[in-house]
Amino acid sequence: MRPATEEELCEIVRNASGPLVVRGGGTRSIGRLVIGDMLETTGLTGITLYEPGALTLVAQAGTPLVDVVDALGKEGQRLPFEPMDMRALLGSQGTPTVGGMVAVNASGPRRVQAGACRDSLIGVRFVDGAGAIIKNGGRVMKNVTGYDLVKLMAGSWGTLGVLSECAFKLLPVPEAEITLVSDSKSPAEAVAIMAQALGTPYEVNGAARGDDGCVALRIEGFAQQVAYRREALKSVLGGDWAVLEGEKSQTHWRSIRDVVAFSERAGDVWRISVKPSDAPEIVARANCPVVLDWGGGLVWALSPAGSDLRKRLGAFQGHATLVRGSESTRASLPVFHPEPAIVAGLAQGLRARFDPRGILNPGLMG
Amino acid sequence: MEMPIPDPAVLSNRERVLSRLARILPSEALITDEAERRAYECDALTAYRCLPLAVALPSSTDEVSDILRICHEEGVPVVPRGSGTSLAGGALPTEDSVILGVARLRDVLEVSYPDRYIRVQTGMTNLAVTGEVESDGFFYAPDPSSQLACAIAGNIAMNSGGAHCLKYGVTTNNLLGVTMVLMDGTVVELGGAHLDAAGYDLLGVICGSEGQLGVVTEATLRILPKPEGARPVLMGFDSNEVAGECVSDIIKAGVLPVAIEFMDRPCIRACEDFAKAGYPDCEALLIVEVEGSDAEIEEQLGLIKQIVRRHNPVELRESQSDDESKKIWLGRKSAFGAMGQINDYMCLDGTIPVSSLPFVLRRIGEMSKEFGLDVANVFHAGDGNMHPLILFDANKPGDLERCEAFGAEILKLCVDVGGCLTGEHGVGIEKRDLMTVQYAPADLEAQMRLKDVFDPKWLLNPAKVFPLQVSASRRAA
Repeated sequence: MRPATEEELCEIVRNASGPLVVRGGGTRSIGRLVIGDMLETTGLTGITLYEPGALTLVAQAGTPLVDVVDALGKEGQRLPFEPMDMRALLGSQGTPTVGGMVAVNASGPRRVQAGACRDSLIGVRFVDGAGAIIKNGGRVMKNVTGYDLVKLMAGSWGTLGVLSECAFKLLPVPEAEITLVSDSKSPAEAVAIMAQALGTPYEVNGAARGDDGCVALRIEGFAQQVAYRREALKSVLGGDWAVLEGEKSQTHWRSIRDVVAFSERAGDVWRISVKPSDAPEIVARANCPVVLDWGGGLVWALSPAGSDLRKRLGAFQGHATLVRGSESTRASLPVFHPEPAIVAGLAQGLRARFDPRGILNPGLMG
Repeated sequence: MEMPIPDPAVLSNRERVLSRLARILPSEALITDEAERRAYECDALTAYRCLPLAVALPSSTDEVSDILRICHEEGVPVVPRGSGTSLAGGALPTEDSVILGVARLRDVLEVSYPDRYIRVQTGMTNLAVTGEVESDGFFYAPDPSSQLACAIAGNIAMNSGGAHCLKYGVTTNNLLGVTMVLMDGTVVELGGAHLDAAGYDLLGVICGSEGQLGVVTEATLRILPKPEGARPVLMGFDSNEVAGECVSDIIKAGVLPVAIEFMDRPCIRACEDFAKAGYPDCEALLIVEVEGSDAEIEEQLGLIKQIVRRHNPVELRESQSDDESKKIWLGRKSAFGAMGQINDYMCLDGTIPVSSLPFVLRRIGEMSKEFGLDVANVFHAGDGNMHPLILFDANKPGDLERCEAFGAEILKLCVDVGGCLTGEHGVGIEKRDLMTVQYAPADLEAQMRLKDVFDPKWLLNPAKVFPLQVSASRRAA
C-alpha cells in the first residue's frame, strides 16, 4: 500500500485489520522482523515550504532525502545533523526518505556539535494507530506550546504513528571545511585528544577515530576563520597533523558517517552510545574492531556473527543497538537495548495509547 | 481565570495530609502557616493568586519521592515550583494543592570537562550553573532573561530559551539526562552522560511538559567551551519592513550570529528614556552579535555591514570596546524594566515565521488603535520569537480585561501566520484556553495521552496547559 495523500494514509490505517509494516524507502530495515501488510510512505512526496531566510523547510514524509538535500544546496543550506545513509552498511536498496530519517532519528558526526535529527526537527504531522491525524510543533524554531510530541516521534521507528510531514530548522553551509588527521596508538589516546579538541572554543564539529586508528577533527566556517582555527587547534593539541581540505575532508566524513569500514566485512554491527570517557573501557570489553565517532560517545563495533556483545560489555551507562545481524541473531537477541522496567513500562503505556490495536510495526522495537 | 473547584475531600483531609508530611520532613521543610504560605500564592504572573494547602521544600530525591507518594495516596494535587519566575502561571497553586518547591535542592553533583557536562540538583539557578564552570572556560548556553533567579527545574519544565538560542538551541537541546520522580513516588532515570535514547525519547517528552509528568530533581546538562570573544553591532532603520528584510538577508548570507534582537520605535524610546543607551531615533533597531576571536569577529561583521549598508540604515554602529558593547546591550536588557517604569504591562511571547514580521507588526499597530492600548515590541528576530509588551493601567477598571483580550488577538494572529502561542514562556494558565486556536481536538487528545501514562490520576499541576473543559473528564476520573 502506497497512499498518495494524508487522507488516503489515514483511511488505510483506519481500515487495517492486521499488522502493518511501516516504512519510507526501506533503506534502514533494522529491528525485529515484522510480518504484515507493507505500508510505504513514498507516495507522499514534495517540499511543501522552504524559506531560506527563515532557515526552515517542510517536506512530506516520503520525499526522497536527496531532493531535500539538492533544494537546500541551491541556497547554500543544509540539514545540520548530517544523517547517515545506511545502504552501504546494511546492503539495502531504495531511496532514503525524510520520514525514514526522522523515524530512526538518523544523526551523523556533526551530532556532537549541532545536535541530532530530533534537535533540528521542529514539527510533525502523523497518523496514529487509530487513524487520527495529529500535528505537533510547527514551522517556527522556538515553540513550547503544549507537549513535545515532535521529539517522541523522532526515533520511534514508526511504532507510534506513521509520519506524513516533517519540518526542520536548517543551517547555512559554511564557506570552508578542513579536517586535521593524525595517527593514534590507542582508543584511550584518541578519546583524550578528541575531548581536548571538543573542549576548545574552535567549534570542532566532527571528532572520530577510524578502525585504522586515524583520529580526525573537523572545523568549518569562513575561509579565514577556518585557517585561524586550524592553527590554533594544532598548537593546543601539539603533535603532527595532516590537513584534508574540501572534497577530501567531505569524503572522509562520509565514510565515518556511513561506517564504510564495516560495509564489506562479515559480522554483526552494533551501535553503542556511551559517555565518551567510558569509550576506551567499552572498546576493551567489546574486544573487536571499532570505529569511534562523537569524540568517543558513539562506538560502532564489528562483532563476530551471532555473538552477544551486550554480555561482553556488562553493565555500563548507555546502550547498544544491534544494527546489522542475521535474522536468527535478531530473533535471539534484543535489537534495542533492554530498558529498566519503569522506563519500559512508560514506553509500553505510550504504545498502547498511540497504537491501541498494536498494528504499527508491532514488536519492531522489542 | 477559571480554575477547577477545589476538591472538598482534600480540603477536609488537610490535617491528615499535613501530619503525614510532617512525619517525613524536617519542620523547616514544611510550611503550613498562612503568612508564610502567602509567599507561594503566585509566580511572576502576579495577576492570579491562590493560597496552597501547604508548601513542601524537600532536600533530597528521596524526600520528593515520599511527598509525592503520600499526596498520591491521599489524592492531593501537587504543584511543582522552581524559583517561581514563570510568566505563564506555571507554578500557580490551587487551594487543594501542595506546592513542592525544589529551592533546597542546590548541590552540584558532578562536573566533567572531558565529557562536557555538569550534573546538578534542579533547585540551582540557571546563572549559577554557568558560574560553576565559567572559570574553567565553559558555560551553560540557555539564557532566559530571568537567569539570575530562575531554577533549572523550571527551565526544564518550560523548555526555556533565551537570547542566544539561534546558535545554541533551547533547554531541550542542552539537556542530557534527568532523575525524575513520578506522581506515585517512583524514581526514574532518563538519559545520562551519553547522547540519544535507547528507545523512545522520553527525555524530549519531559522537557517542556510544564511539571505535569514528573518532578525533575537532578539534571545532566551539556556545557560548552566559552567563545573567545563576542561583539555586538547596532543598526537603525526607518521601517520595520527593511529591518525584517535585513535579518533575512543576513541569515541567507550564511552568517549565523548568536543573537539578533529587534526593537520597534515605542520600545526604543522607552529604553532610551530609561537607560540612556544612546539609541538612534528611528522606526526599528537591530542588535546583532557575533562570536569568535578578534579576526573572526572582524570577518563576520564585515560581511554583516556590507549587507546592512544595502538596506540604507539610518545608523550603523559597531562596538569598539567592552564598554560600548555593554552600552549597546544595556538598552535592550532594560526593556522590561523601562516598560515597568511607565506602566503595568503584559508580556506575550508568540513565535512567527520571520518572513511574516512586517505584516504582524503592522497588524499589531492597527489593533493597538482598536483596543486603545499601547504596545512596544522587542524580540528575538533570528528565531521569530516575539515579545509584544502591552501597556495598561491595573488601577483602571476594565484595563486588564481589555489587555488580555488584546493579547489573545495577538496570539491568534501569530498562529494565523503559521506561528505558535508561546516560544519560551510556556502555556501555564495564561494561554491554556487559547490552545484550541493552535491545536485541533485530536492534537490535544494526543498530548493528553502522555499525561495519562505518566500521571494517570492527573494530580500533577493539573489545571494547566489544557483548557479545563478539554481535560475535565480526565481530571474527574
